[in-house]
Amino acid sequence: MSRIKDKFQELKRKKQKALIAYLVAGYPNEKGTISAVRGLVKGGADIIELGLPFSDPLADGPIIQNASYLSLRKGMNLTKFVNLVKKIRKETQIPLVLMTYANLLYRNGYDKFVSMVKKVGIDGLILADMAVEESKDFLNAAHRNNVDAIFLISPNTSPQRITTIANASSGFLYLVSVFGTTGIQQQFKQYTLEAIKTTKKAINGKIPLGVGFGISTKDQARFILRNGADAIIVGSAFLRLIEKTPQQKIETKIASFAKELKKATILE
Amino acid sequence: MKLEYPKNGKFGEFGGRFIPETLVPAVEELEEAYLRFKDDINFRKELDYYLTQYAGRPTPLYFAKNLSEATGGAKIYLKREDLLHGGAHKINNTLGQGLLAKRMKKKRIIAETGAGQHGVATAMACAALGLQSEVYMGYKDTQRQKLNVFRMKLLGSIVHPVKEGTQALKDAINEAIRDWITNVKTTYYLLGSAVGPHPYPVMVRDFQSVIGKEILTQMSEIGKKSPDSVVACVGGGSNAIGTFYPLIDEDTEMFGIEAGGEGIKTDHHSATLAIGSKGILHGMLTYLLQDKEGQISDTHSIAAGLDYPGVGPEHAYLKDINRVKYDTVSDNDAVQAFLLLAKHEGIIPALESSHAVAHAIKIARKMPKSETIVVTLSGRGDKDVEVVEKYLSENVKNKR
Repeated sequence: MSRIKDKFQELKRKKQKALIAYLVAGYPNEKGTISAVRGLVKGGADIIELGLPFSDPLADGPIIQNASYLSLRKGMNLTKFVNLVKKIRKETQIPLVLMTYANLLYRNGYDKFVSMVKKVGIDGLILADMAVEESKDFLNAAHRNNVDAIFLISPNTSPQRITTIANASSGFLYLVSVFGTTGIQQQFKQYTLEAIKTTKKAINGKIPLGVGFGISTKDQARFILRNGADAIIVGSAFLRLIEKTPQQKIETKIASFAKELKKATILE
Repeated sequence: MKLEYPKNGKFGEFGGRFIPETLVPAVEELEEAYLRFKDDINFRKELDYYLTQYAGRPTPLYFAKNLSEATGGAKIYLKREDLLHGGAHKINNTLGQGLLAKRMKKKRIIAETGAGQHGVATAMACAALGLQSEVYMGYKDTQRQKLNVFRMKLLGSIVHPVKEGTQALKDAINEAIRDWITNVKTTYYLLGSAVGPHPYPVMVRDFQSVIGKEILTQMSEIGKKSPDSVVACVGGGSNAIGTFYPLIDEDTEMFGIEAGGEGIKTDHHSATLAIGSKGILHGMLTYLLQDKEGQISDTHSIAAGLDYPGVGPEHAYLKDINRVKYDTVSDNDAVQAFLLLAKHEGIIPALESSHAVAHAIKIARKMPKSETIVVTLSGRGDKDVEVVEKYLSENVKNKR
């Protein structure tokens, strides 16, 4: 069993849905990331995604681009990432998902990379630019190392393709809620709800459905969850909060924002 | 050896489709449209019409007699893509993709540009075909290619300076891809080089292959089957692949010339094939300039159009099977070739093309007079005169 699968089963028993939070590792610095993780755990987040920054984050909007850029400039790399995860794992058993771009795995060797991060406690991997057709080596590495491979789908993915991608995925399936890069949306459109509906039908309960990109408020979270998602994924909103918060207050600020969002996941 | 239409977009292990899921339906739609129209009689006719009547094809294959004599050695011919409308080979591709976009009923066109030549060619094709265009250009490039920024605006295009990352071609592509993800239903991404996810590398190659095909016809007119050597510059590699592809099965030695910048032992160059390593960027597996972890390196070239850390996947393949030799020419040697061609032939070449000219001069010396070299002169150098002037004055200062 994976920590991610366990988490979704535990939530089901508790009649809750999942709050998944995304952070850029090393932003605003390593200490700040650890503070943010503590805040997330305290605030009740269920899963944490840690972004390993890439020089060319073409699926990301300005907030994550900027955080990635600053983290890299401060020297974030795979070795530092691994050490950071080690430190985090000493404090918490929360499921940890590594999100990055394909080249960082390809360059290191898929298997070498995956086994390295698995060893320190990464439970799943998301690659923003990995199409399922190109994923053979990635999937083999994930299976060999017992790590969940979490793929993304989009509102324009056909039902047939959703099934193919869901079959390749484990842990959860990640629906990108909007046409766009990561960031903050004012309001969700009808097509997002239709995409959730189509996806739920195509996956037929075989894998939890996480919805992310653009969610920044409790009301948006509730709206998405009421329409069928099993998890909401919030990234840019946390990063923007970190951007505005002095280092020593990151933990408490993140905790209270996570707590607020978490309320939306508790079913009445 | 020719890979006419590579299965799954794979040139050997290179190419493919490494893209965010949102773009998958878009590239599938594009591939379907391309396969449907590429050999369609009406499409070909319309494209031929615009290539001849609007862009000015065929372009001459000019015997550079003075340069050849001054060099001593093989006869150097110039494939004059610089004479095309807009001043570069880029229009071959923008007209092809523009006509395709029209058939796909996409009215909004986005593009990236490095030196501004592809941006200008996109703006021209869009104006002629009744399409709207928006062009992403690295901020650094907007500063060193101001003339082209103004030209694009005159032609009705909106230019978006990109201040992210290295503010050059790579970042312009990132930003164009982000726009495409956001406006995927209404927007056609008109990529300017033989890079990106399948089917772009093969499609851009096909539209640019008119260069190599004309070279073969023009060689036969002077009584030769094919040239002994061809030389073309390689940034993303569109003029080079358009030159090479039709000649792949000929007995022709081929040279792709990358930007050696301030030297490939420094960090200031764009010599992707010469010293790069395999990796994934902009939807393709290819050679890249990157660090040992896979972070993409900053690049440099005096020629904005060559300032790119990746290269088209078919070039990566042609390198690995040893069909094409890839070499580098430094900023300084490119500038010297720029000056030589202007002086001997009255032709001011683009700094990108000057890299190819420099290499041709180098190899011509070692070849007999009976042999021929064709250099693809991919663009004209009006856009570069300021950069060259500055380079020369700074280097004179340095020498003092």
